[in-house]
Amino acid sequence: MMRPVIEKVGISAVQAIEEAGYQFSLFAESLYWLIVGPFLQQPVRLRIIVSEMMKIGVLAIPIVILLSFSNGVILALQGIATLKDFDAESQVIPGIAYSVTREFGVLIAAIVVAGRSGSAIAARIGSMQMSQEVDALRVMGIEPVRFLVAPIIVSMLIMMPVLTLFADAAAMIGGGLYTGIVLGLSLTTVLDRSFDVLVLYDVLQGIYKSLVFGLLIALVACSNGFSVTGGAEGLGRATTRSVVMSIAMIVVADMVFTYFLTR
Amino acid sequence: MNTAEQHSLRDPVIEVDGLVACYGSRKILDDVSFDVRSGEIMVIMGGSGSGKSTLLRHMLALNRAVSGSIRVFGLEMGGVSSRELHQLRQRMGVSFQNGALFNSLNVEDNVIFPLREHTVLDDNTMRIMARMKLEVVNMAGFEKLMPAQLSGGMAKRTALARAIVMDPKLLFFDEPSAGLDPVVSADLDELILRLRDAMDVSIVVVTHELDSAFRIADRILVLDKGKVLIIGTVDEVKNSDNERVQNLLNRRSEDVIVDPDEYMQRLTDELIGL
Repeated sequence: MMRPVIEKVGISAVQAIEEAGYQFSLFAESLYWLIVGPFLQQPVRLRIIVSEMMKIGVLAIPIVILLSFSNGVILALQGIATLKDFDAESQVIPGIAYSVTREFGVLIAAIVVAGRSGSAIAARIGSMQMSQEVDALRVMGIEPVRFLVAPIIVSMLIMMPVLTLFADAAAMIGGGLYTGIVLGLSLTTVLDRSFDVLVLYDVLQGIYKSLVFGLLIALVACSNGFSVTGGAEGLGRATTRSVVMSIAMIVVADMVFTYFLTR
Repeated sequence: MNTAEQHSLRDPVIEVDGLVACYGSRKILDDVSFDVRSGEIMVIMGGSGSGKSTLLRHMLALNRAVSGSIRVFGLEMGGVSSRELHQLRQRMGVSFQNGALFNSLNVEDNVIFPLREHTVLDDNTMRIMARMKLEVVNMAGFEKLMPAQLSGGMAKRTALARAIVMDPKLLFFDEPSAGLDPVVSADLDELILRLRDAMDVSIVVVTHELDSAFRIADRILVLDKGKVLIIGTVDEVKNSDNERVQNLLNRRSEDVIVDPDEYMQRLTDELIGL
């Protein structure tokens, strides 16, 4: 009775390792094209990078700001409610400043991008794979990794930190506004006090993480897109899988990172 | 001297020798050997599952062979460097089954696409070249349509324009008549014949349509269950006394003789195994 279970665990373990290997090879190949491509007259096109940056980054700014602002207000609400018991409401200001810059800003930006762009990228590459557009690229002598994957990786690595900074700012303003109203302080006073406690390293922690999360989202989405098989149902599965996998990997990676960065 | 004899004197463009291909443990192609000569139209025929699509993918260097060799323009596909492959691919054009047009680009940009990637021509020159090719395939005037707005035949003709925009010396067609009505399909056959004469290009067509194959082929290769049944001119194939070939030509389904014991074994096999 145990054998099928162990067998299944073994098979999925092998598949997971295979997939991780494939994702790494996508990354390595993209790096190759970014560095060597221009010398082979096969550059990664700036035009495509810019259009990806628009789709992944710029268009995500409103929703990132909305969610981060709300998250800041929530932190202030919870923080003040809890700290009231200790008569230490004013301590909510450094609390928000630390948690937003180190943790929540980047997490919200990453989850929004995983949901918006992770699914879109997987669906786009997947449908190209299904309609033989990927094969068409290849037989035209245009490497799909250079043409499709490398621009996505570059724009993720540029736009994730930018979105993280937007998220940090929006969350601190959201939290600051609410704290200010409750404690009777102006927003500038709250933000001044926040910046008094913050050091550059706090913000950098979020930025470092955003680079890793951006890379994860890009690789998971692309590898899921390229491995689409089995028609429309397969496409839907790959899209869902790409979102679930990248959010799961982001949260787990966040835990590991935080362990090493904050100790 | 007929055309097939003329072609046999020319240099081979593709040489396939002892090709074996597998998907997992399933053998798809078994010891396939043939060549395609310069300027000829070679039609690869076979039913579904005969391995003809796999054979095409190998000639396009999209799949790797288990054993055997494929040489295209004298280059061995097994050991080709990525730079050589890149150059080689600029000399070939492929028209995929459903066109495989880029959905995000309109007709004109689809045709220009290879020029943009491989040449440094200025924009107007590329546009003129694209329009010339669209003119050839009777798609002039539809430049600004998106692929989703095209009929099946129009999509295939656009794909053909894209395939010939770099003036390739070798053209591949995957099921040119699939999904088209007989008139449109005949038009496309005419177009293939005209192109060969106008561009002095070698053409490989993969199809299961008999009428189309007989109309355009100089030589026909019939694949069956991964093996080459026959290679020859249209007349040689038509007059072949091979039973399997005749079955295929006359659209007779094959009677498979079933051994009752083996049949029972097959049905119960996996269940008993548990």
